Amino acid sequence: MIELQNVSAAYDRVPAIHGVTIKLGEGEAVGLLGTNGAGKSTTLRAISGLVKLTAGRVTFMGQDLAALPPHKIAELGIAHVPEGRQVFPEMTVNENLEIGSYAPRAKADRESSLDLVYTIFPRLAERRKQLAGTMSGGEQQMLAVGRGMMLKPRLLMLDEPSLGLAPVMCDVTFEKIQEIHKMGTSILLVEQNVSRALTLVERAYVLEGGQVIMHGSSAELASDKRVQAAYLGL
Amino acid sequence: MVGTIIQAVINGLLIGGIYALVSIGVTLIFGVVKIVNFAQGEFVMIGMYISFFLSTQLGIDPIVSLVVTMPVLFVVGVLVQHFLIRRVLGPNDMPQIFLTFALSLLLLNLSLMLFTANYRTVHTWYSDEAFHFAGLYVPYAKLIAFVVAMALSGCLWVFLRTTDLGKAMRAASQNRDVASLMGINPDRVFAVAFGLALALAGAAGSLLMPFQSAYPFVGQVFVLMAFIAVVLGTLGNVIGALVASLLMGIAESLGIQFVGADSGLLVVFVMFLLTLVFKPNGLGGGKAR
Repeated sequence: MIELQNVSAAYDRVPAIHGVTIKLGEGEAVGLLGTNGAGKSTTLRAISGLVKLTAGRVTFMGQDLAALPPHKIAELGIAHVPEGRQVFPEMTVNENLEIGSYAPRAKADRESSLDLVYTIFPRLAERRKQLAGTMSGGEQQMLAVGRGMMLKPRLLMLDEPSLGLAPVMCDVTFEKIQEIHKMGTSILLVEQNVSRALTLVERAYVLEGGQVIMHGSSAELASDKRVQAAYLGL
Repeated sequence: MVGTIIQAVINGLLIGGIYALVSIGVTLIFGVVKIVNFAQGEFVMIGMYISFFLSTQLGIDPIVSLVVTMPVLFVVGVLVQHFLIRRVLGPNDMPQIFLTFALSLLLLNLSLMLFTANYRTVHTWYSDEAFHFAGLYVPYAKLIAFVVAMALSGCLWVFLRTTDLGKAMRAASQNRDVASLMGINPDRVFAVAFGLALALAGAAGSLLMPFQSAYPFVGQVFVLMAFIAVVLGTLGNVIGALVASLLMGIAESLGIQFVGADSGLLVVFVMFLLTLVFKPNGLGGGKAR
């Protein structure tokens, strides 16, 4: 479905990722794991067009994304839920969700998407008229994920959805993501919480210093001595 | 005494409506595109000249000519954004400041050359007419201008609140990158915002024409008031700019009435300075929008 071949990207000439090759098939849930600064977020930003590639190519369902601006990439059905939630603080919950389906391919199904999001996240339904910026971190995270779903994504990319959440909220968030995945959405999950992520995804890539250093099924990675030592604290 | 105060408040409120159209445009551009448009007043001036020539050449009432000035200036705004502003948007503010300031100077001098510095006036049947009730005096031309200005401001507010494009504009003003992840094309949204802002400036020009002479520097008065209103009303906040404009109109008018005929602006600036001292984020004190 989506394929990154030897992708490199840089911020102001400071290289952030180098030669990253990743594949994700239809309906799969794949993790991008690693510590802070490993290049996970940059990989997502390279896919969604927020950072320009300096080398390599990204293809989505056979189409080359390199020349497309972010809004065109979103229109293809790639939803990027950015790190740190980043909801539109001065808009209501409902407006945030509506704007999530701004792209033409999602607009026609706005009502049914809203119903779906409010069913998965009843908390958001209770707060639909509230300004997003006044909600708790966990609620904003739900909103960010729900807003991503409004695009009717073929691929949902989540950047650190558990960041800064209390353990209970973290559990809830992962349950919801699992639920969304079971409905058939492909998921690319970026996480520092490696043990948590491995319970959700089928396969994962481990990044370090902007490069993929390891790749395997969740079971393989969970039992790998190096992964255990470096990320699982075992 | 009470009658004098009420009369001054009415006068201020009526002209405040025009200030509001200009300042809402400035605040919309600032909030969405994140630039300060120093040329906003010159677009009011252009709106006035369009109305003036439509009136003298074709006999179209200046207020009716709004249906021409608004679309024309909308298109001008889209073009200015697309061909000029878009090229200088970036991390550095200086090129934008120089660009809009240069645009202002260019338009001023161009109009001096084309239209000369002469005062141009349109006299309509309602220019000298007024309502009289309970000893108060409400000139028709200013009343019409105020009502239309408020209606247009209301339309903009409804547009920003209820339409997808309006919501996309608010989203882009709050977080441009994330908005693009929703499929919003920032360039398109910026162009529409700039176009709408200039359309409002054009409307202000048409509405002014029945009671205000057109001359190349006429926009400077309004843009000065607009900048103060935009700061008073919290940068980027449409409602704030509207309320601040009306308050400034009233303050100016009370100043003229009770301090001296040429002291209207003095009162406005004192009000401005006091607000900055005690409420540096503007009268609302809150965040933008």
